[in-house]
Parts: sequence; C-alpha cells; structure tokens
Amino acid sequence: MAPPASRRTGYSRKAQYSVFTGYLLAALGALLGLILLAVSFYEPGAFAPLRGVAGTVTAPAGETTASVRSGSQGIWASISGFWHAGSQNAALREELEIARVRLAEAEAVAAENARLKALLDLSRTEAKPVAVARLVGSSAASARRYAYLAIGADKGLAPGMPVISEKGVIGRVLEVAGRATRVMLLTDSESVLPVRRATDDVVAFAEGRGDGFLRIKLINLGLNPLKVGDLMVTSGAGGYYRPGIAVAVVTELQPDGALARLVAEPSATNFVMIEPVFEPVAVKAAQTPPERTLAEENARTSGAMQTDEAAAR
Amino acid sequence: MEQLNPRSRSDRYGSRINRAPSPLRATSVPYLTIMAGSFLPALLIADLMPLAPPLGFLMLLGWRIMRPGLLPVWIGAPLGAFDDLISGQPFGSAVLMWSLAMIGLELLEARFPWRGFWQDWFTASFAVTLYLIAAMVTSGAVLSQPLLIAALPQFLTAVLIYPLLARVIAGLDRFRLTRTRRLA
Repeated sequence: MAPPASRRTGYSRKAQYSVFTGYLLAALGALLGLILLAVSFYEPGAFAPLRGVAGTVTAPAGETTASVRSGSQGIWASISGFWHAGSQNAALREELEIARVRLAEAEAVAAENARLKALLDLSRTEAKPVAVARLVGSSAASARRYAYLAIGADKGLAPGMPVISEKGVIGRVLEVAGRATRVMLLTDSESVLPVRRATDDVVAFAEGRGDGFLRIKLINLGLNPLKVGDLMVTSGAGGYYRPGIAVAVVTELQPDGALARLVAEPSATNFVMIEPVFEPVAVKAAQTPPERTLAEENARTSGAMQTDEAAAR
Repeated sequence: MEQLNPRSRSDRYGSRINRAPSPLRATSVPYLTIMAGSFLPALLIADLMPLAPPLGFLMLLGWRIMRPGLLPVWIGAPLGAFDDLISGQPFGSAVLMWSLAMIGLELLEARFPWRGFWQDWFTASFAVTLYLIAAMVTSGAVLSQPLLIAALPQFLTAVLIYPLLARVIAGLDRFRLTRTRRLA
C-alpha cells in the first residue's frame, strides 16, 4: 500500500506545525502514561473512583451477557444430560440412597454439634449474606484475574468481603464503587488464602498460580500428609472467611505441598453471595503494626478503610 | 446507462449522485469500534487464565495500519485511558503502551512507506506480542513459568486474529464511508 500523499507536509508551515504538534502530544501522552503507571504502583487505590465510574456505566451490558451465559449453560447441560440419561439415572439412584443415609448421619452430627456448642455457650449464628449478585464480567485480556459485579456500595459491599458461590469460595472484594465491584478471584497470582484439609487440621496457604491451579503450601513442612483428592476448606485464619467453606481439591502432589483445582469455578456459577467479613476484629488486629495497641488503633478508625483496601491487595 | 448497469452511477460506497458520507459516521466509527474492542473482553468470564486477545489494542493497530493518517498520533493516550479503566490493568499502562505503539508505527511508516498485507500482519503480530509481554509485566502479576505457559493461547489468538480483524475493519471502513447524507 502506498503512503497517502496528503500526509506529506511540503512547504506548508501550518501542515509542518500540526505534524510536529501531533508528535509532541503523542510523546507527552506516553510520558503521562508513565507517570500514571508509577502513581498506580505506589498508590493502587488512587484511580479506584475512576474505575468505579467506568464499571458502573458498563455493568448493565455485563448483566445482559451474564443472563445469556447462564441460560446457555442450562441448554448445554440439558443436551449433554439427554445423551447420558439412562446410565446416569441408575448411578444417581444408587448415589441418592447413599446420600440419604449420609444426610441422616449429618443431621445427627449437626444436632450433636448444636448441643455441644450450647454447652460451651458458643452461640454463633450463620452469617447472613450481604448481597447476592451475578458475576457480570472479568479481566479476560489481562494477566490478573479479576471479576466484576453489578452491585456495589449501594448494597452495602465493602473491600475485603468474601465472595462465595453455592459450591465454594470464589474470591474477595477488592474495590467497591457505587454500583460496581471488583473481585479478586482465587486464581489471581496475588491471592493467598489460609486453608486446612477438610478431614483434619493440616493447615496450609492456597496461592493462585495464574494458570488456574492453586498452590497448596503447607505451613508445617516435613512429611507431606496430603493425598490426591483431598478437599481443602477455609480455615478461618486471617479473619476474612468463615471456616469450613470448600476451596479446592488436590490434584497433584509436590515436595512442599500440592497443586489443587478450584471447587467453585467462577465461569460455571450463576449467582454468588457476598458475605460480611467473618472477624473484623481479627482483620484489624492483623493490620495493626506491632508497636501500636488495638485500642489505639480503634481510636483512629477513620483510616481503617484505607489500610483495609491496601491489605486487600 | 442506468438500464444497462443499475450500479453505473455508484461506487462501493453507494450512489455518487446527490449523496455524501455522513461526517458523524466517518469520524466516529474508528474510535467507537476501538472502544468496543476494549470493552468486549470484559464481558467474558475468564477465571483460570488470560483468555481473550487484547481486542482494543488490536483494533487500534488495525485502524492505524490500514488507514494511516486517519487517527491522530496522540490518540493512544485517551483511548488507552479508556482501556485501562476496564481491562483490569493498573491505570496508565495502556496510556503508555498505546502511545508508544502509535509513535512506533509512525516511525516504521516513515522507514517503510510501501507495504503489503504480510508485512502488516508481521508488524501487528510483533507489536501485539511486545504489548502482551509489557502488559504482563506492568499488571503486577507474579511472573512465573505456569503463568507464561497459561498465557500462550492468548499470544497465539492475538497473532492469528489479525487477518480476521483486518477484514472486519475493512468492512467497518466501508460502513464508515457509505454515502448516506442527502446533499439536496
């Protein structure tokens, strides 16, 4: 393709100046980008309000595609279900029989649990979710794993709140705007979550690896007690998540832990619950520098939001 | 003449008599489609790995390469700012990289004024590969081997989608210049 002749400036001063100004503006734009990037690194929350406005404007479109997505998932499930109907029916019947027995056992355990808790005077009620919402989008072109919700501060959301689907943990609220919220998914490479094995008290950290797997890093090193197929649940340490929510299933053992696959994949969920922070006091205590006491920290609650957001990163 | 060939008085943009391209459409379509390209990947739920190619940047490259002179050199900064608000990258990364890409393409065009499709594809692939690596570095993600392997499909789609995007942009360009305005 030949270059367009109209772009040659020739002897026209006006054309020469306008080309020069264009280059100058472009270079200034690059410089501005560099400065903005530096600001974003040193103060990650600096542009959160701007992002919030953009999110609030674009969320309705995401709401539409989210409903289409959940609809098409249903269609696909019913088509694939049709092919496997016969064999699956028998298998499910068998499973249901076993599940009924287990359910009865679980009810007994729950009753005993309630009795023991009453004995210990531990009257903890289940946390009521702050809100229920759809995941309307994600940062699909970026190396970070964020998801977006079409609700925000208007429904009482705040940074740090756990986001949970009916299967397990999805992630944690990172930034809240008026009607949009950014959630950091578990698979993000900056996400760390304290977990334990569902059956006993093997504690570990679940870190996102960036490729869809979680790295389970054991806290007590030594003989690796994990086995393929172990279910890891939240341990409640750190104070953000309540204990006992499913997180991941171990798929591959490693010398210092394991690789695990998510239990609740965000792309396969329709609705997520946003729960309040489990132990706000613990979260605050963890963020209080050791040279200050908690009481002092309580006095200056105005800055709490800022530190909360900084810690969420 | 009309009876012999009904399209004798029109070109690919429509009738040449009493019609002119709408100025609003002619100026707005490139910007709107680049912004739509920035927005589209945000509608996907990519929970495991980067999935979508950076469509906004690819649209910018496509318009810049196929219609040199249509977009001003400095347009990388405002369009990049819009992309940053949606893409999940730290604010400023696309402002910087889109501006650099526009300047780079300008320099490249001064050096190689005559070019063809294959060279354009090579340019776009080179630019988008550099962009993806730079975006990964600035995103704040921990750059580990698994992340890089998981990002390979994104690199591949970003390179392979250019010919398709080139056709789409050519279609959009025809739409942009369609003669819709009545002169009298």
